[in-house]
Amino acid sequence: MESMKKSDRTGSKLPAAGSLAAAVLLWLLASEARLVPSFLLPSPAAVCRALAEDAPVLLENAGVTLLEAALGLAAGILSALILATLMHHVPVLYRALYPILVITQTIPTVALAPLLVLWMGFGMAPKVTLVALTTFFPIAVSLLEGYASTDRAAADLLRSMGAGRRQIFRYLEFPSALSHFFSGLRVSASYAVVGAVISEWLGGFQGLGVYMIRVKKAYAFDKMFAVILVIVAVSLLLMGLVTALRRRACPWEAFEKIERND
Amino acid sequence: MTGRDHPVLQAEGVAKSYGGRKILENVSISLGPGELVCLVGVSGAGKTTLFNILSGLERPDGGRVLLNGRDVTGAPGQVSYMLQRDLLLPHKKVLDNAALPLVIRGMKKREARAEAASYFPRFGLEGTEDKYPAQLSGGMRQRAALLRTFLGSREAALLDEPFSALDALTKREIHQWYLGMMDQLRMAALFITHDIDEAILLSDRVCVLSGRPGRVAAELTIRPPRPRDPSFPVSGEFLDYKKRILSLLEA
Repeated sequence: MESMKKSDRTGSKLPAAGSLAAAVLLWLLASEARLVPSFLLPSPAAVCRALAEDAPVLLENAGVTLLEAALGLAAGILSALILATLMHHVPVLYRALYPILVITQTIPTVALAPLLVLWMGFGMAPKVTLVALTTFFPIAVSLLEGYASTDRAAADLLRSMGAGRRQIFRYLEFPSALSHFFSGLRVSASYAVVGAVISEWLGGFQGLGVYMIRVKKAYAFDKMFAVILVIVAVSLLLMGLVTALRRRACPWEAFEKIERND
Repeated sequence: MTGRDHPVLQAEGVAKSYGGRKILENVSISLGPGELVCLVGVSGAGKTTLFNILSGLERPDGGRVLLNGRDVTGAPGQVSYMLQRDLLLPHKKVLDNAALPLVIRGMKKREARAEAASYFPRFGLEGTEDKYPAQLSGGMRQRAALLRTFLGSREAALLDEPFSALDALTKREIHQWYLGMMDQLRMAALFITHDIDEAILLSDRVCVLSGRPGRVAAELTIRPPRPRDPSFPVSGEFLDYKKRILSLLEA
């Protein structure tokens, strides 16, 4: 059973690696064969060169962006945990706040970021706030869903053992919601980096977003591509961290037959 | 053992309605020490409602529940309840699942684990302590659930179709094992089944519940002492019991 699962997993990674390789190959062909002018599409080699040349600057800016993303994500997780748990315990709160939660999600990030800069200045605060706002929602919603999807029969069983509301939450509802929580967190982790970059883009002195604006203005497309690669790498790093955390926090998932998409 | 002299668990004149519809009417049932009593009845006879009342999950509209003579009506945590599925918590290791009722009762986690662990060999569960329920077979999960039930209350257990999800072979095996365990532990149990053969095979007494509203229509004492002869299920006596129960159910 276990070995079968493993081969399933590696098997599922092969097509992904193949398509990625094909995409890079296509890019290589298109630029090297001059199908597309090099000022529009830099060659992979040029991008690699830009990456190497600007490595110290990129690394420094990536550090800033990663810090903003991580801080914002942490704030998003914390507020989602608190609010979702409160809403779960107090039905009136749920009915009162849920619509507002949904509405806040329809406010476009690009509109919000300059406002936050206006209110909080050009420092890190508006970036962290924006990331917290965008990451909060997927986590809160998946937690609420997780709490609500607890097995009612299991709750009855615990009640028949004499468990109170708090014990049912601790031993049943919270652990049952963990899988949902991590699914939401994974989505949020990818939002976090993009959110930080957009926020920097719309007002700031440091970070990958600022670097991006600078190289765009200089029409340095090779550097533009390089910074995109760095953003992808940082996002993947954060998402990988979430997956690693999930494995630690939910060791039982490895034995369940439920398919997960990671 | 008639269950009437010094009953462990008793329901006295229990009545329950939902939205004006009577589900149970004047149901009295008793369970003696170490006794196995089986509840059979058409669906809708209120068997599960009766269990919810006996376990303290629900309060009856009338009547009361006594545990060793003490009124425990509407008070959960006194009688252990095993529901249709094993309901082992997937996120807890088998040992922690078994120890859960002790922890909920306020025992320290370490002590609860040690106490639960001491029963693992007797329940044929050794080596599964640190596994997750998903790693166990259906039969093993059932054993773990029974251990949890036993640790929940040594006095009386309510089993709601505990074996209905198992295939016929596993069921036979677990019946044998289960009867042995119940005798060893001297645990009294009241259980629901749809399987009349199972009822006759396992219990000291069979209570037939008739439906709408649920009442105890008849009680049958199954005479042969436990453990029963392997040929019992194919004996004429067994068939007589079966005929009587079937006719009571159809009445």
